Amino acid sequence: MEEVILKIENLSKQYRLGTIGTGTISHDLNRWWAKIRGKEDPYLKIGESNDRASKGNSEYVWALKDINFEVNRGEVLGIIGKNGAGKSTLLKILSKVTGPTKGSIKSKGRIASLLEVGTGFHPEMTGKENVFLNGAILGMTKKEIASKLDEIVKFSGCERYIDTPVKRYSSGMKVRLAFAVAAFLEPDILVVDEVLAVGDAEFQKKAIGKMQDISKGDGRTVLFVSHNMGAIKSLCTRCVVLKNGGVQILADTKTAINEYLLLNKVEDLSVKKFFSNAGVVKMTMAQLKNKDLVCNTFHSGDSLTIDVTIERETNDEHEVNLFVGLYDEYGVKQAHFGNTYAGYKIETNKKNISLQINKLPFVSGTFTINLSLHLYGKPHHRELNALTFYVEPGDYYGIGKNVIEGNGRFLIESTWA
Amino acid sequence: MSKNNWLFEITPKNKLLDFNFKEIWAYRDLLFLFVKRDVITLYKQTILGPLWYLIQPLFTSIIFTLVFNKIANIPTNGVPPFLFNLAGITAWNYFKDCLVSTSDTFKKNEAIFGKVYFPRIIMPLSIVVSNLLKFGIQLTIFFLFYSYFIFQGMSFSISIAILFLPILIISMGFLGLGLGMIISSMVTKYRDLTFLVSFGVQLLMYLSAVVYPLEIVEKTMPKYAWIVAYNPMTTVIESFRNIVLRTGDVTIISSFSVLGISFVVLIFGMLVFNKTEKSFIDTI
Repeated sequence: MEEVILKIENLSKQYRLGTIGTGTISHDLNRWWAKIRGKEDPYLKIGESNDRASKGNSEYVWALKDINFEVNRGEVLGIIGKNGAGKSTLLKILSKVTGPTKGSIKSKGRIASLLEVGTGFHPEMTGKENVFLNGAILGMTKKEIASKLDEIVKFSGCERYIDTPVKRYSSGMKVRLAFAVAAFLEPDILVVDEVLAVGDAEFQKKAIGKMQDISKGDGRTVLFVSHNMGAIKSLCTRCVVLKNGGVQILADTKTAINEYLLLNKVEDLSVKKFFSNAGVVKMTMAQLKNKDLVCNTFHSGDSLTIDVTIERETNDEHEVNLFVGLYDEYGVKQAHFGNTYAGYKIETNKKNISLQINKLPFVSGTFTINLSLHLYGKPHHRELNALTFYVEPGDYYGIGKNVIEGNGRFLIESTWA
Repeated sequence: MSKNNWLFEITPKNKLLDFNFKEIWAYRDLLFLFVKRDVITLYKQTILGPLWYLIQPLFTSIIFTLVFNKIANIPTNGVPPFLFNLAGITAWNYFKDCLVSTSDTFKKNEAIFGKVYFPRIIMPLSIVVSNLLKFGIQLTIFFLFYSYFIFQGMSFSISIAILFLPILIISMGFLGLGLGMIISSMVTKYRDLTFLVSFGVQLLMYLSAVVYPLEIVEKTMPKYAWIVAYNPMTTVIESFRNIVLRTGDVTIISSFSVLGISFVVLIFGMLVFNKTEKSFIDTI
């Protein structure tokens, strides 16, 4: 039977927008007056949902509004959402940095947080002294730290610098050391916020592995916040998607990630105009086409054409090359195209360059395209996330049936005999 | 599995009296490490290093002697003015350091408080303790000069009341900590207080009989002498001078009443601090 270790009930957090100035005292007095008369805080009634982009009327905003979910022991729960969806506020309340406005969190275990590692490092103290200090800040006793010191230092990979003041460390080394301290904490629930963004690939791998050990090996619970869908996918069993301060969905990782990606699908990205001040030659527009139809939803096996319009300032001859990078929803590069790779030369007077993928080899997914225009072999004008398109399962093999999801993501033309 | 055996609960409810001494005790190692950090990093990358412990009170005392005793002719009851001032400054400095450095606890530690939870009171406590070490050094320096003056033929003797010294020190610590915590809690919302502290402490020194004996004020300004006389810090400083220099008017009752006042201030400070620590990060 699965045991609930953490229960979040109707959790809400209100913030006041704008600066804190002379208005503060009058609001405080109003609150106090309401409290004396035994009434509810007048400012709790107002407040709008937390949509970053729309301008609201109220000074008060609910960063979190009626959040409810439960976490089981030994589970790695991902928390995903766009910027400002309330992820960090949730983690702050979980780690007791700030209190909720309403609602409650009930826990059966000790919670330790790993929000932005390295807080509390004193630059003048040596690595070893900082390990002790940081460990104590995170709630370990001196004895616990001393018994794990060798492991911590070894995991961080900073043996050589351990008696040097931390101010001489590179930022990556600081993160390594700080993560190492936190990784050897033994809380029942570990809260991790975007720590993997820094640190090199080797360390990221190590850190993810360590977190897997924590949950699988030791049966401890991890709450993991990240924008890195790859890391979420490899670590988490379930995910909560937050949107504007509320829970959008709590589901298994795959469903949740799809929901999250759907949230991001806000604008039609099949055509895009660029406004760049790159001189000599620049891209002004790009669009996606399925044969002659401009669109951004494709099926596997469809033909996809990327049209790029370029503009030249003068009629002089310049050597221009175009490169196209294709990325999946996790930010992983799936393919790279360049006219030079195909031995195609872009003529001087050419305005429209088009690249056609004859038969889309993906089963499904969301893909973005980066464009890079090179001038004399050097990158000259770049457009990141220029275009986005969606692929849904289609009739790749031409047999009147769609391909099936879940059996790999690529389709390769092949022959049976 | 019963639903009621939660280890703890996080709610917006803020009980007035909610001191979790068990939790503070659990974090005692952190307190010790903060003290260690303060001590070993204070004079890092300075040339004179710990000599600054000596230089600060020494030079202040010399200047005070020149200004208040040589120029302004404030009498010191036959005690060498230098020693009179040094005694006052040594005691005053401990209180001042505790007050000033605890009063920006929340502001200064915003970054770390905003990331991890530990009982916030550990921070001001560690400041008071590390200042105690500094006070110990300065007290030693005072007694070095004291011995020097005895060696020069002055006849001092330390009163049996030296046994009250711990009470004085505790009073100063409590008073500084309590006031500091009140101010630090209010600074989170109203920054005006930061300015008040820096010059208020300066003014307070002149109201605490640091540079003059209390009886002078009673003689020259009997109407306003109560301002100085009812200042708990006056009692502390007068007591200290009474113990070592046998000057100053102190009773056992006044010493204990100061301890009582300090204790009340400390409790009040802890209440305010407790209330603030839960959500100060939203307002700071």
